[in-house]
Amino acid sequence: MALPSYASPLEKIWHYLYLVICALIFLFLIAPILIVVPLSFNAEPYFTFTEKMLSLDPTGYSMRWYDLLLTFGMENPEAPRDASWWADAWANAAWINAAKNSVIIGFFATILATFLGTLAALGLSRPEMPFRRTIMAILISPMIVPLIITATGLFFFYSSTGLANTYIGIIMAHATLGIPFVIITVTATLVGFDHSLTRAAASLGADPTTTFFKITMPLILPGVISGALFAFVTSFDEVVVVLFVAAHDQQTIPRQMWNGIREQISPAILSVATILVVISIALLTTVELLRRRSEKLRGVSPG
Amino acid sequence: MTDAVAAAAPTTRATDGRLTTADGKPLKAALARAQARNKRRAFFLVVPLLLFVVVTFLVPIGQMLSMSVNNSAFYSWKDRDTGDTIPLMVDLRGWFNENEPGTEPDEAAYAALAAGLAHARDIKAIGQIGTRINYEVSGTRSLFTGTSRKAERMEPPYKEAILDADEEWADPEIWAAMRSASKAFTLDFYLAALDRTRDADGNIVKVDEERAVYILLFQRTFVLSALITLMTLILGFPIAHLLATLPLRHSNLLMILVLLPFWTSLLVRTTSWIVLLQSQGVVNDLWVASGLIDDGNRLQMIYNRTGTIIAMTHILLPFMVLPLYSVMRPIDPSYVRAARSLGATSWTAFRRVYLPQTVPGIGAGGLLVFILAVGYYITPALVGGSSGQLISNLIAFHMQKSLNWSLAAALASLLLGAVLLLYWLYDRLVGIDNLKLG
Repeated sequence: MALPSYASPLEKIWHYLYLVICALIFLFLIAPILIVVPLSFNAEPYFTFTEKMLSLDPTGYSMRWYDLLLTFGMENPEAPRDASWWADAWANAAWINAAKNSVIIGFFATILATFLGTLAALGLSRPEMPFRRTIMAILISPMIVPLIITATGLFFFYSSTGLANTYIGIIMAHATLGIPFVIITVTATLVGFDHSLTRAAASLGADPTTTFFKITMPLILPGVISGALFAFVTSFDEVVVVLFVAAHDQQTIPRQMWNGIREQISPAILSVATILVVISIALLTTVELLRRRSEKLRGVSPG
Repeated sequence: MTDAVAAAAPTTRATDGRLTTADGKPLKAALARAQARNKRRAFFLVVPLLLFVVVTFLVPIGQMLSMSVNNSAFYSWKDRDTGDTIPLMVDLRGWFNENEPGTEPDEAAYAALAAGLAHARDIKAIGQIGTRINYEVSGTRSLFTGTSRKAERMEPPYKEAILDADEEWADPEIWAAMRSASKAFTLDFYLAALDRTRDADGNIVKVDEERAVYILLFQRTFVLSALITLMTLILGFPIAHLLATLPLRHSNLLMILVLLPFWTSLLVRTTSWIVLLQSQGVVNDLWVASGLIDDGNRLQMIYNRTGTIIAMTHILLPFMVLPLYSVMRPIDPSYVRAARSLGATSWTAFRRVYLPQTVPGIGAGGLLVFILAVGYYITPALVGGSSGQLISNLIAFHMQKSLNWSLAAALASLLLGAVLLLYWLYDRLVGIDNLKLG
C-alpha cells in the first residue's frame, strides 16, 4: 500500500486521509470491546470514567464487581473467607452456577457437533457425494435461519416430546447450531487435502481405519479443533434458544447477562463481559495458531 | 484410451470384443458398481448428521409451520390431567356446515351456541374459546366468559335468552369469526400477520389503521437491514482494501482487530454499546467535556432506532469485511497500475478497474449481512427501545407475552420464507461452499 512516487499532492493528501479513516474504523471495531475492561474496575456504580479513574488514583479502582460475581446468591457471603466460604460460593453463587451450566452444555454440544460434523464433512468433500449441494444447504441452514424461528420451532417440538426443560434438549439444539461452523471449517481444511497420501497408505498395506487415524486425522486435526472451538463459542454465547426451551433454574452465563441487562444493569455485568473478552482473546489466539499450523502442514500459503 | 483403461484395471478382451475385468464381468458394469459403492460410502458418512439435523431442526420448523395454520382452539380441548382431546361446539359446527356463510343465525344456531358455551364452561375450556375469537374480533373474550356463566340456566327461546345476556351476539362479525374458527385449518393467522381480516361476509379486508402493525414492522425490518448493510459496506470497504493491499505480515496483525469482535460474545458487544451510548455514558461525557454539546442536552443514542443501527452495524461488520477481503486479496495490483499508465486518473482507475473486480465480494458480504440482520433479535430487544424493534421481537412478544402462538408461527413462517429466498439467492450467486470464517 506504499504511495507511488508519481502521486500528485492531492493524491498524497487523500492517501493519508484514507489511512486516518481506516484507523477510525478499526477504532470503531475494537474500542467498544476494550472499553468494558477498565470500566469493570470502577469503584463507583457508574458506567463512565470517574474523576479519580481519569487521574489514575488507585482508590478510583476496585475489584468490588468481581467480588460481587462470587458473592451474589451465596448463603453467607459475610463469613470469613475460608474453605467453607469457598464451598458456599461454589455451590450457591448464581454466576458460578450459570458458568457450570454453560460449560456442561457447551462441552457436550461441542462433542456432538464435532463428531457428527467432521464425519459429514469427510463425506461431503468426496467427489462422488450425491446431492452434495442440497445436503450442504440443509446442513448450513441452522446458521442462516434466524434464531428466533429455530427457537420457536424447538419450543413447539420440545413441548410435544417432553424435551423441554431438559439438558439433553438444550445440548441437542446447541449442537445443531454449532454444526454449520464445524462443517465449514473442516471442509475448508479438506479442500487442499492431497488424496494421493491416503492412496499411498493403502498401497503400503494400511486398512482404511489405520489410514484414517494415521494419515487423514493428523492432517485435518487443526481444522477439526477450530471447528470445535467455533461450536463451543456458539453454544457458550447462545441465549435465545435457552430462553425458549430451558427451565427457570437452568441459568447460563448469557441468560444471566440477558436478565441483568434487561432488569437492572450493574457494573457486575461489565466484569463478566471482561472475563468473556479475555476468553475470546484466548480462543482467537488458539484458532490463529491452529490455522497457521494447518497451512504449514499442508504447505499452502505462508502465514 | 484402451491402454489407459487396461492399466487401471486388469482387463481381458472377451471374444465378442467387449472389455471385461479379470473375473469376466463387463468393465462398464464393474466400474458403475464401484462408483455406486463409493457414492454409498460418502452418503453413509453424512447420514448420521442429516438424521440429527432433521430431528432437531427440520421437524421443529415443520411443527412451527403446522402451528401457523392450526385452528383447533375453538373446537377441541386437551384435558391437562388425562391428556384426552374433547371436541367443543359440536352442534354449532354442525349448523355452520348446513348453512351458507352469511346466513342470519336462527333459533337452532343460538340453541347450539348456548349448549356449546355451557359445555365449554363445564370443562373449563371457555377461556381458550374466548381467546381464539378475541384474535379476530377484539374485546370479545369477556363476551364468551360472561355469557357462558348464564348459559346453563338458559331456556328456550335461546335467541332471546342469549341476546338478553348480551346484545353483542347479534354482531354478524362474531358469527363470521366463529364460522372461520370452526374449520380444520385456517389461513386467518397469515391474514392477521399481513394486517388483513375477514368482514361479516367473509371478504378479506384491511384492518383499521391503528391496529395495522405487522406490515409496518416488516417494512421497518427490511429498511433497517438494508441501511445496516449499506453502513457495513461503507465502513467495511476501506479496511478490507487496506487489509488486502498490505503485506501479509501486517495484514494478519490488523485482521485480529476484525476477528476479535467476531469471537466476542454478542451480549458483551451489546452491553458495551449500552455503556458507551447511554445518556450518562462515555460518548456523551466526551462530547460534553469537549464542549460540543451542553450537559443539559445529552443525546439520546440508545434505546431507540439509532441504538439498534449503531450496535448492529458494529456486530455485523466482520461478516462484510471477511468476504470482501477474500475477494480483494487475489486482485492483481498491476491492473490498476496499467490503467494509470494508460492515462487514467486514480479515481477513474479505481472506479473502472478496481471496483468492478470487487463486486462478487460486495454481493457476498451484502447478502450475508442482510440475511443475518433481518432475523436479529437480541440486540434490538436490548438496545432498540420501542422504535428500534424488528419483526423477531414481535414474534418473541407473541410467543412469551400475548401467547398467540399461531400468530407468532405465522409471522415466523413469513420471515422464514423471506430468509430462505435470500439464502437460495446467496447459494446461486455466491455458493455456500465459499462461506468462510476468518
